Amino acid sequence: MSAEIDTTDTSAPEGGTNGPEAAGGGFKPNTVSGTLIVAVGLCLICSLLVSSGAVLLRPQIEANKRLNMQRNVLVAAGLFDEAVDKDAQIPAMFENVETVLVNLPGRTGDGALNVDDENAGELNHDLNLATYDPRKAAKDPKESVAIPANLDEAGIKRREKVTTAYVVKSEDGSITQIVLPIYGKGLWSTLYGFLALKADDPKDMPVTGITFYEHAETPGLGGEVDNPKWKAQWPGKELLNSAGKPVLEVTKPGQANAENEVDGMSGATITSNGVEGLINYWLGSDGFGPFLEHYRKGDLELTAQ
Amino acid sequence: MAEPKTKEVLFDPVFKNNPIALQVLGICSALAVTTRLDKAIVMSIAVTLVVAFSNAAVAALRHYIPTSIRIIVQMTVISSLVILVDLLLQAFIPHIAKELSVFVGLIITNCIVMGRAEGFAMKNGPLVSFIDGIGNGLGYSVILLVVGFLRELFGSGTLLGHTVLPLVSDGGWYVRNGLMLTPPSAFFIIGLFIWTLRTLKPEQVETE
Repeated sequence: MSAEIDTTDTSAPEGGTNGPEAAGGGFKPNTVSGTLIVAVGLCLICSLLVSSGAVLLRPQIEANKRLNMQRNVLVAAGLFDEAVDKDAQIPAMFENVETVLVNLPGRTGDGALNVDDENAGELNHDLNLATYDPRKAAKDPKESVAIPANLDEAGIKRREKVTTAYVVKSEDGSITQIVLPIYGKGLWSTLYGFLALKADDPKDMPVTGITFYEHAETPGLGGEVDNPKWKAQWPGKELLNSAGKPVLEVTKPGQANAENEVDGMSGATITSNGVEGLINYWLGSDGFGPFLEHYRKGDLELTAQ
Repeated sequence: MAEPKTKEVLFDPVFKNNPIALQVLGICSALAVTTRLDKAIVMSIAVTLVVAFSNAAVAALRHYIPTSIRIIVQMTVISSLVILVDLLLQAFIPHIAKELSVFVGLIITNCIVMGRAEGFAMKNGPLVSFIDGIGNGLGYSVILLVVGFLRELFGSGTLLGHTVLPLVSDGGWYVRNGLMLTPPSAFFIIGLFIWTLRTLKPEQVETE
């Protein structure tokens, strides 16, 4: 292309020296009616454009979200290696995973934890699994409950009444792992992740993997929660004591010695403490504690479904 | 007003009249999305597309836009395009779209987009305005890519996720520069970029 190509536009209605008043074939934009016509017309065209884009792309976006969720569950369970496996394999891999809805513990009249809640930890069959969204529910006053300050180790203030859990099975249908959604506050943001527990022996449920798929912690510091190197120290950790209570401790970097201790991230004390708090909360009596208790007793109808 | 030449319209904004380095517009997203090169690339493409198409649309409509509501009209066009770009990103590269999150939406308030619509597209034809949009998008992209390149390389030791400088924490030799991962480093890099540019092109230095 030559440098001197003249780009005088010929397609637009050039008015030459005329102002906008004279251009556009007699249409006068600078009158009240002209202004209204342009405003309404433009709004209609733009809304049509945006809404058709939204409608056309929604199936794709929804499918991406579903695939991403399944991917994260598989990553936590150690079944999906992000370096090797392709996203196209996810649906086939996920066939061995059963998604269930779990009732989280309810509240007494004054808002405290109801320790006598009979439904706590039971599977919920009333809600529609395909459309239920725990994250939406956590924001809905009707579908969520406030967390009493003394229990709120995760720093989230409210949580949903019912949430999802994922039961990973082997080819013969026996349960090998349980993957639990976890979330809580770090330094800047709420961290969302999954924690996978070994489940073939209900008496002993060590961690098999952890992943955080959404957070806005400082890259390189707290952001290391999603570093595979940091996550690699989790498998085998015993987070529950013999009474089924969570006892995770995230220590200073390099000081984790015991089964229930995990090295924190250097330069990220608050994120490390956040991870400790949110896992202890979600495995505790106000989180999945009752569910895991039922699982240990063997009275959940998981394999029968 | 002299008719703008295609080549000047396209390449002037890259170094001679760079929207970030000379006009110092659109700084906020340059700080926010440049911790990694892939984010910077996607953001650059998104902004370039929005500036180009909003310029073309505003230029095509320029004789019909009532003066009293012209800014609102430009905003409507720009925001519609940004929403479309956001949806496209979510549909086809969800991984990066998630990390860019609000910053795609904030393209609406990027001064470069508004500035070009008001300053150029209102006075010129759709084709040359489109090219002007691409040119300013390129100018924005150059800065973003330079900043993203340096921040990812020295902050994380990687480029596009591939290890270039093996980190000490991974058994290598490179001690990462934590500053590079925080927004101030983008200020420093942009500052150095402007310094270099004005040393090479002294006419860009403002008279005191």
